[in-house]
Amino acid sequence: MPRPIQSIQRAAQVMHLLSGRARRLSLVELSAQMGLPKGTVFGILRTLQQVGFVEKDPDSAKYQLGAALLHLGSTYLDGNELRSRALNWADSLAARSNETVRIGTLHDGRVLVVHHVFRPDDSYQVLQVGSLLPLHATALGKALLAANPYVLSELVGEELTRFTPCTITDAKQLGAALKEVKRRGWAADIGELVDGEVSVAAPITDRSERTVGSIAISGPMERLCESELPRSDLVAYVRESARAISRDLGAIPW
Amino acid sequence: MTGAYVASIDQGSASSRCLLFDERGRIVSVAQKEHRQLFPRPGWVEQDAEEILGNVLQVVPDALEKAGLKLADLAALGIANQRETTLVWDRHTGRPIYNAISWQDTRTDKIVNSLAAEGGKDRFRAKTGLPLTTYFSGPKIQWILDHVEGARERAERGTVLFGTMDTWLIWNLTGRHVTDVTNASRTMLMDLRSLDWDDELLEAMKVPRAMLPEIHASSEPYGEAGAPLRGLPVAAALGDQQAALFGQTCFSAGEAKCTYGTGSFLLLNTGERLVDSTHGLLTTVGCRIAGEPATYALEGSIAVTGALVQWLRDKLGMISSAAEIETLARTVEDSGGVYVVPAFSGLFAPHWRSDARGVIAGLTGYTTKGHLARAVLEATAWQTREVIEAMNSDAGTVLHVLKADGGMTADNLMMQLLADSLGVTVVRPIVAETVSLGAAYAAGLAVGFWPNVESLRANWHKAAEWLPRLDPETRERRFRKWKKAVARSLEWVDDDDE
Repeated sequence: MPRPIQSIQRAAQVMHLLSGRARRLSLVELSAQMGLPKGTVFGILRTLQQVGFVEKDPDSAKYQLGAALLHLGSTYLDGNELRSRALNWADSLAARSNETVRIGTLHDGRVLVVHHVFRPDDSYQVLQVGSLLPLHATALGKALLAANPYVLSELVGEELTRFTPCTITDAKQLGAALKEVKRRGWAADIGELVDGEVSVAAPITDRSERTVGSIAISGPMERLCESELPRSDLVAYVRESARAISRDLGAIPW
Repeated sequence: MTGAYVASIDQGSASSRCLLFDERGRIVSVAQKEHRQLFPRPGWVEQDAEEILGNVLQVVPDALEKAGLKLADLAALGIANQRETTLVWDRHTGRPIYNAISWQDTRTDKIVNSLAAEGGKDRFRAKTGLPLTTYFSGPKIQWILDHVEGARERAERGTVLFGTMDTWLIWNLTGRHVTDVTNASRTMLMDLRSLDWDDELLEAMKVPRAMLPEIHASSEPYGEAGAPLRGLPVAAALGDQQAALFGQTCFSAGEAKCTYGTGSFLLLNTGERLVDSTHGLLTTVGCRIAGEPATYALEGSIAVTGALVQWLRDKLGMISSAAEIETLARTVEDSGGVYVVPAFSGLFAPHWRSDARGVIAGLTGYTTKGHLARAVLEATAWQTREVIEAMNSDAGTVLHVLKADGGMTADNLMMQLLADSLGVTVVRPIVAETVSLGAAYAAGLAVGFWPNVESLRANWHKAAEWLPRLDPETRERRFRKWKKAVARSLEWVDDDDE
């Protein structure tokens, strides 16, 4: 296998950093985060700017991802777009399962909640769109991780936070769990983020079969589990919704 | 009545759809077929009624097949339809004598103007709740009778029949020539109080009574369908916006819904009280359940809401999909003092100013694409507020919660801006398909599938809720600016414009 090309690796790293939560970074910030001299980073930025992958914001003099990158093929999917395509399916999942439904996307090493449908019991609930969840302790996150191994390799470098006694904090164990997720096509979190809370998720894929998000139902263990495993009827509902949304995403964008 | 599901037909301007609902009001199947829109001349919009009928007869079996159900699994069929679209057909052959003339068609402007010349645009408002505009059916019937050879004479003998799309479908399904009160209230031929065709109106629009359908309740078994839907009880018909009001379970006076699409429609239930509008709204029938008095509604329509987002996408190319406007608008904290008044073809409710044209006000060197995107979303919110204020003054009520539905409710920022601009809670129901649901509810009630409206309320669940976050002072200051922007859009059109 030929050796990886360093400059492309670095360019990719710049774009990864700019796709992070900050969205805009200065030359100083970028070179600090990459551990490289300013001159080197500036050279990379200038080239990326020339091909339209990076833009410089004239007011703040900070760098951001360029429009050319956003429209590059079908791999980029706006979270708001995903919500608008998934709206009816997410509603119907909430109605069938009688549980909370959320849709998440990968964002800066975490799950960004892009859509949330209340549990249909008219209890007091607050919209969670925009909140960030840990990847390793949620079904939404595990469904995303199983399909995006490169994110996993970044994660295992850091410490996996423990939220409950059930949280998987060992990288090897997590890797094995994700293999199982990939094999069976759905993920679960059984009391791994909050004691007694369970969620079940399935991946949403686009036309190029890339996983662009995941959809999950969440609720108390008493309702979602049977002999401590997710109820098979609920798993089926979640997977059917994910498939329906994926099918819609395969259509020509409007 | 044995079936476990209710079928609903949404006969819309661009397509016909069939949705199947279970007892808890959940969607179990959807089938859809689009029909052609015909534009024979500028301003003319027609549809082929036989094509529409064929599609309707197709989507019901399609929806059944998708869900693995049989005709016998259906308890009833309800119809929600595009309103005001006008058709005249031959009673004996069953064939239309002219294409259906769409509600959007403006060919009747001369008829309407000549009617308004005597007594003004509000000449029939007291009786019909409607101003004289090109939308409503009466003048469209007059046009057909004046332009199709022999039509007037056949209409007088009752050998040609008039119907809106509900009537056309029910006639073909059951053989009965009937319409419901909500559809009849949009013809400009019905007296809102007597709920019957009115001789003075018929005479003014030169429409013979012999060609008109019987006016019935909206929720009532009209009859059983023949082949290919043999034995299926046809049990409801409502205009689409009234169906949405019913589907949102706005059964009581003071409850309101707004459906956000290309344009938007706000309806407020005023109960058994008929409220005359002095603020440019329409008075219309909300629904009538068989054996009960009719309920009335105030209606305010906003011509350009989602269409403004489409304009940003298609004409300015600032976004590549409608949903992306939220991403762009979230790059800024507020609209930066920018206001967009989308008076593309004048201002509608509550202003009714045809001399207005669109303006973008408050531009500075600081304005970015993000500010413009945010101002575009806010335009829908401010326009909604204007209509709600008009409703509050007409009805003497105060709205506390707005039930929103339609495609634009997918935009969470837009929903938040709505709550912020109105200063009231905005909720989205779990079934966004409120038009279809409303027709299903009305049909199911008529055949005893659901015992009463209270059992339907139990099916309504909130899928999301947005609370106002903006402090009242900022809200009112921005609304004042919006009104200034609206003022700047007026008197733009001159008589000698090119």
